[in-house]
Amino acid sequence: MSARRTLLLGLGGLILAIGLTFLLDPYRNYQLALVAAYLCATAGLTVLVGLSGQLSLGHAALMAAGGYGFALTSQALTSAGVGGLPRFLAATVAAAVVAGVLGLLLGLAGARLHGPYLAGLTLTLVVAVPAVAASVGALQGDRGVQMQFEGVPGPLRALIALEQWQAWVALAVAAVAVTGLALVRDGRTGLRMRAVRDDEVAAALAGIAPARVKVLAFVVSSVTAGLGGAVLTFVTQSVSPGAYTVSLSLLLLVAVVVGGLGSLLGAALGAVLLVLLPWLVGTVTDMLPLPSQVTQRIDGTLPLLVFGLLLIVLVACAPGGLAGALTAARARRRARRRLTAPAPTTAPPSPTAPAPRESARTPTEG
Amino acid sequence: MDRFVFLLGTGLARGTLFALFALALVLIWRSTRIVNFAAGAMAIVGVYVGVAVTGLTGSYWLGLLATVLAGGLVGLVVERGLLRFASARSPLSGVILAIGLVIVLQSLLGIAFGQQHTPVRAPFDDRPVQVGGVPLLSPYDVFVVVVALGLMAALRLLFVRTTLGLQLRAAAFEPEVSRLLGVRVARMRTVGWVLAAAAASLAAMLAVPKELGLNPHAADMLFVYAFTVAVVGGLDSPGGALLGGLTVGVVMSLVTGYLGATLTPVAVLALLVVVLLVRPSGLFAAAEARRA
Repeated sequence: MSARRTLLLGLGGLILAIGLTFLLDPYRNYQLALVAAYLCATAGLTVLVGLSGQLSLGHAALMAAGGYGFALTSQALTSAGVGGLPRFLAATVAAAVVAGVLGLLLGLAGARLHGPYLAGLTLTLVVAVPAVAASVGALQGDRGVQMQFEGVPGPLRALIALEQWQAWVALAVAAVAVTGLALVRDGRTGLRMRAVRDDEVAAALAGIAPARVKVLAFVVSSVTAGLGGAVLTFVTQSVSPGAYTVSLSLLLLVAVVVGGLGSLLGAALGAVLLVLLPWLVGTVTDMLPLPSQVTQRIDGTLPLLVFGLLLIVLVACAPGGLAGALTAARARRRARRRLTAPAPTTAPPSPTAPAPRESARTPTEG
Repeated sequence: MDRFVFLLGTGLARGTLFALFALALVLIWRSTRIVNFAAGAMAIVGVYVGVAVTGLTGSYWLGLLATVLAGGLVGLVVERGLLRFASARSPLSGVILAIGLVIVLQSLLGIAFGQQHTPVRAPFDDRPVQVGGVPLLSPYDVFVVVVALGLMAALRLLFVRTTLGLQLRAAAFEPEVSRLLGVRVARMRTVGWVLAAAAASLAAMLAVPKELGLNPHAADMLFVYAFTVAVVGGLDSPGGALLGGLTVGVVMSLVTGYLGATLTPVAVLALLVVVLLVRPSGLFAAAEARRA
């Protein structure tokens, strides 16, 4: 895909999504904003795992870094008298920088490590988030940092509700993050990442510095995770360690694997699933006549159970995830149509061989 | 100085538990090249069984035995039922499957028993004994150290002195050659998983009375610390697991005692980062040097 087409696709997707917000009620718009926040993180994670072959269980910590960076910068700017768009942009950039620096440090350690070591290191990082929040004064421990309430800007106030405005902002940031990742994926850097993932020695012989590529992948992924944290902080108006637990980290990975490793469409599907599945399970269990004790027990755990089973079943049966299954189905349908169509008069493409671009874009297992 | 001695003692006692749990990780890593991220969740299933048996029969020892047996059974089921799906091509699929297993086991336990912490009483007095006015280890600590070290010694004997141990080691290091020589590699792999899961369950059962209580996440921190131990010691080295466990236990105990308990996870993270940056293969790993 050419760079211009990617940019147009990103812009078109954003306009479409913003149009969608007019059709949704405030609660759905709030959910859409959450999806956009998680999408930043899952898109970054899918590029990291799927393209560069590095597994991170610590993306919740990177999101937390972005969230704290956003909240603290925003507070500082508010007390300095800066407001509105400049404050939001500066705080978002700060979130990206904080998460990016943390990601750089992790990546530097990670480039020397094999998969399980890096996974364990990042897991330990997430476990340490509450401890760091408690021991650094400015982060205010378990209580977290509260943001000042920020409403819809003046001219729009008569037109849209707060939730819709938040969804717009969240979607805009997510569009920037995902478009950026798509450009990286399709460009030279993405090619290098795949080369390093598939064979480090061969990549090094071809003149690629594997360590540098791996670190770069980690930084890119961390920056988008930080953006996700910033969006989440903007939408929920606060940031606290309780929101960035090991569970969130694992769920981000589940979303990425279920969607299909390396696929940005899969990351979007996964982010939707992260928000909608708990809500869906909650709705179903509310309809069933269950005793209140049972409802209390399955309230937070049943969605997790579904996520876990989904993960295992997909890894076992469809390693390409949802996006991989979609691509495969589309390829099958196309092949069947070509076989049944009458023989064209001009030089036909071989019916058995799939189109080259299609096969090149099929997400492979990390 | 009294305080230092006390912290050193409790640190060593906790360290042996970390070492035992880390040994379980090392066993699995050596035999299947998978870091078992589900070790904590699998172990806590065994602990639930053990606590239930103790509650029914009133005997701690039957409960302990049930923990070990249930843990081994979980290991058997996971190795035979789940790991077949791990793809040999992708080293990450094993980790991802294990994470799916963690989520499934913990949510099932949460649905069955709830998220509250159920206190588990220690079978012995867990107040420290005063020696010459200095508080030292409690009888329960001594029991933990003896059981953990005893089990590690027994595992070492099994691996070094028996035919089964020889087959286990051969299957782990040279699967292809071992198969040609008549070792049932797949079965050895299963045996390794059963042994490791049983040891991890025992470690979790011993650790639970010293923590907040039993809940589906009770072994999470034990796993994280044991992973750190295994990395510090070298994932390939059982001896490293013991030394690493004692190191991490003492460091944690000193940090908790002098700087406060909130800082402990940060200290563990710092230790992990330093070790990984200085010696990525672990402080006590010898196999790496030979391979080079």
